[in-house]
Amino acid sequence: MHGGDEVVAAPGGPPQQLDWKFSQVFGERTAGEEVQEVDIISAIEFDKTGDHLATGDRGGRVVLFERTDTKDHGVSRRDLERMDYPISRHPEFRYKTEFQSHEPEFDYLKSLEIEEKINKIRWCQTANGVLSLLSTNDKTIKFWKVQEKKVKKISDMNLDPSKAVGNGSVASSSSPKPCLANGSSFDGSYDNLSNDFSPPPGGLPSLRLPVVTSQETNLLARCRRVYGHAHDYHINSISNNSDGETFISADDLRINLWNLEISSQSFNIVDVKPANMEDLTEVITSAEFHPTHCNMLAYSSSKGSIRLIDLRQSALCDSHAKLFEEPEAPGSRSFFTEIIASISDIKFSKDGRYILSRDYMTLKLWDINMDSGPVATFQVHEYLRPKLCDLYENDSIFDKFECCLSGDGLRVATGSYSNLFRVFGCAPGSTESATLEASKNPMRRQVQTPTRPSRSLSSITRVVRRGSETPGVDANGNSFDFTTKLLHLAWHPTENLIACAAANSLYMYYA
Amino acid sequence: MSMVEEPLYPIAVLIDELKNDDIQLRLNSIRRLSTIARALGEERTRKELIPFLSENNDDDDEVLLAMAEELGVFIPYVGGVEHARVLLPPLETLCTVEETCVRDKAVNSLCKIGSQMRENDLVDWFVPLVKRLASGEWFTTRVSACGLFHIAYPSASEMLKTELRSIYGQLCQDDMPMVRRSAASNLGKFAATVEYAHLKSEIMQIFDNLTHDDQDTVRLLAVEGCAALGKLLEPQDCIAHILPVIVSFSQDKSWRVRYMVANQLYELCEAVGPEPTRTDLVPAYVRLLRDNEAEVRIAAAGKVTKFSQILSPELVTQHILPSVKELSSDSSQHVRSALASVIMGMAPVLGKDATIEQLLPIFLSLLKDEFPDVRLNIISKLDQVNQVIGIDLLSQSLLPAIVELAEDRHWRVRLAIIEYIPLLASQLGVGFFDDKLGALCMQWLQDKVYSIRDAAANNLKRLAEEFGRDWAMEHIIPQVLEMATTSHYLYRMTILRSISLLAPVMGSEITSTKLLPVVVNASKDRVANIKFNVAKVLQSFVPIVDKSVVEATIRPCLVELSEDPDVDVRYFATQGLQSINH
Repeated sequence: MHGGDEVVAAPGGPPQQLDWKFSQVFGERTAGEEVQEVDIISAIEFDKTGDHLATGDRGGRVVLFERTDTKDHGVSRRDLERMDYPISRHPEFRYKTEFQSHEPEFDYLKSLEIEEKINKIRWCQTANGVLSLLSTNDKTIKFWKVQEKKVKKISDMNLDPSKAVGNGSVASSSSPKPCLANGSSFDGSYDNLSNDFSPPPGGLPSLRLPVVTSQETNLLARCRRVYGHAHDYHINSISNNSDGETFISADDLRINLWNLEISSQSFNIVDVKPANMEDLTEVITSAEFHPTHCNMLAYSSSKGSIRLIDLRQSALCDSHAKLFEEPEAPGSRSFFTEIIASISDIKFSKDGRYILSRDYMTLKLWDINMDSGPVATFQVHEYLRPKLCDLYENDSIFDKFECCLSGDGLRVATGSYSNLFRVFGCAPGSTESATLEASKNPMRRQVQTPTRPSRSLSSITRVVRRGSETPGVDANGNSFDFTTKLLHLAWHPTENLIACAAANSLYMYYA
Repeated sequence: MSMVEEPLYPIAVLIDELKNDDIQLRLNSIRRLSTIARALGEERTRKELIPFLSENNDDDDEVLLAMAEELGVFIPYVGGVEHARVLLPPLETLCTVEETCVRDKAVNSLCKIGSQMRENDLVDWFVPLVKRLASGEWFTTRVSACGLFHIAYPSASEMLKTELRSIYGQLCQDDMPMVRRSAASNLGKFAATVEYAHLKSEIMQIFDNLTHDDQDTVRLLAVEGCAALGKLLEPQDCIAHILPVIVSFSQDKSWRVRYMVANQLYELCEAVGPEPTRTDLVPAYVRLLRDNEAEVRIAAAGKVTKFSQILSPELVTQHILPSVKELSSDSSQHVRSALASVIMGMAPVLGKDATIEQLLPIFLSLLKDEFPDVRLNIISKLDQVNQVIGIDLLSQSLLPAIVELAEDRHWRVRLAIIEYIPLLASQLGVGFFDDKLGALCMQWLQDKVYSIRDAAANNLKRLAEEFGRDWAMEHIIPQVLEMATTSHYLYRMTILRSISLLAPVMGSEITSTKLLPVVVNASKDRVANIKFNVAKVLQSFVPIVDKSVVEATIRPCLVELSEDPDVDVRYFATQGLQSINH
């Protein structure tokens, strides 16, 4: 087990403990401001280059951010000289655009409301400067393209736009019956032109092509494809294949394979639905393609296992190629064992060698070549273990925390309650561990949260403080504000930058 | 403000709408691009319209797609082949967009234009365009480039050809799988233009690399290339280069690759000749028929006839038939269904004796399959077997199974059987038909499912056509008329429908003496739906029967119906009367 703050990096051994600093915040809450439900962020994803970041929220919106620091080298020499330590340039982002990806819907057949909440966002291959991404709510996946369009300012028309119907902004009818500039009207449609019309060989000199003058651009998001009607249950994951052609979508019981170009059909590749729903013991909680091997994908289950499947083996992958499961420690079984074993998120490391999984209490790192158990386990919020009963009562125990790996695969991160998130070093020998708060002062909490409190002291203080306990803070000073949970976070693909969501605010930290 | 003379007005509108805010209007203008071009004349089209289009390329995909298509046939409007090169720049930009269908169309149009261009123009303009696209920054341009090499290559100089081949080789090893896929799928076309010496060396090397790609989707396309390349190569080269590849593909780890092989294998048999087919391809095919992935067996089973047609009957009996037998009891219904849809075609290949001995048991077991699709696929090809084994044997062995299916509890199965009844009737002849199937045909008229009743009515008509009026008078008409007073109004309606269908076949005489009285009788039915259907049937009788009969019987009956309390009955009766008066 890793944990503790007093990390002394062995010389030449594991990398130094990172010093996390606040970088940016978007949508910061002012004091006393109430959070609107629709503004709560429900998905965060960096693109492959790390130059773009997308967030989705419960209101069905997708917001795009773009990196600015790679474009300008703005720090002046004098600024640099004033600083007493060398400035490490860190990624900075700015708001780029946003669009409404999903709308609330109603399934009349099943009498079910379909929320617009964005469950997942995945970036697709950028081509030609056009950003493209997949976004999904519970039922429907959409393929979006965001590109710059020239703002047209057209001049030099043949007809006066203010008078001619069928031109400019007035136009909407598909069969315009235009008025001539001199007031007479033209009744014939131009559809019969090609037959009885023969222009002089030199062409007609009085006709002109419109001239487009403005070169200003604005960003336009267009939904290019809608992949719908393929999931009976709620979609929990989407993941792109390395072949750039296909992606998967997973719900509680099935995983479907899609071609990006074809929205009318998908292939079911995993189906764990039992013939009799009463026999159901396990559901799919997350699924992801291997980053480089187009034929491999992993999915996690509510029983705490991860299955690796090989699409080459057969069309319907009912049997897994590998199963990753930790044997249950004898005698430790309780009512909550099965609930907290449920994996809420899995991620492949960039090289595809490792899989990171998050269950309620821990982060586990698995080597895909070793299925006997995880290579490392990190306790995220062990101090909550005595509180499992409360967490069960208020349903917090079913919260789905995401996890992420750094681009170099040396560190992992995941969220917790009270807007805290934890970063652990996972390189062999590393004991790095940090607790950060999603606020402008991320290290504030660390001072008051000794991760290894002395047993006796804690029990004493608990006795002492019983009755006068301030709500949300336990005897150790550990807060457990269940309403402020940090579920979603993402690590920049190449640099030490974490973006995380605290309710409606997007915080970024760098090291 | 500019003034436009009146006759030019529509064209002026068309031109202005090239930049309208409404996408429908823009699309409309682009679709009429040739009209605009003719109005502007060739020179201004070249100097103004085409550059205008090249500049305004950030339109919606639908508009770009239309533009890509129109430009493909634009050579006449820019002044003919000698000016064709002016069309290249706008299409080149369209080759870079991120929407696949636009790029494909632009490549297509470029190929169309390139194939008409003069040789030196190709060298001066087309080849550099291909090279630019092939070295483009985004993968989209490189994907497009792959589809243009076969146009650029033939007219290039020796040196340029060497360069083009090497560029193509690089595209086949591009970082992006999309580019490699495009290169793999266009390899056959490009290879067809390459000189044999280079084909054998360089192209085969490229092909070899593709077959080892770690992306399954690339290797899949390489399989497709096998057949195309195989046809280009001399048999001995094909055996040396392609055969080992296809044999190893047939044992690929990925079922999708094996699936492709199963689909393509028969095409290669001709390219390699009979001996390697026997020694290598037949064993490979048999392995695929026994593959452990059902999808692969489906593909292989679907090609069993095509494959057998290439082989000698002995080889088929010896190697293919045993596997076919296994497939007929495969665990996957889809495999059996695929087999059922083609297995009849093996009968002519094997000849009568082998068919009776070997295939008939398989037919029979498939005909009794628990899945309707399988049974139907067999029935639909019965005529092929009939030609080989003859009617006696066919009716003896197959008829019981067919009768059983005619009463199947899935109405879709019954429906399919009904559709094949006329075919069966023509195969079996009147004698067999009367004994076995006649009663069934009547029974269907009172099926619980509307579609079956409707099909049954149609079936009677087709039978009457097949066997003639006399037969119908004896075997159909009495039974049908008997049912006209059945207690259920929906069945009575089916009878009316049958009568209206049979009348044109039976002719004026029988219609007026036999059918008409029954219909007139039905006009006094309790149910309004029957009555207005009577009105419709009567109307359909008008052109069939004699004028005197119309006046004496049909008109009075319709007049009576036109005073019916029900509005629908009155409506159809009035319609009928109108049709008499016309």
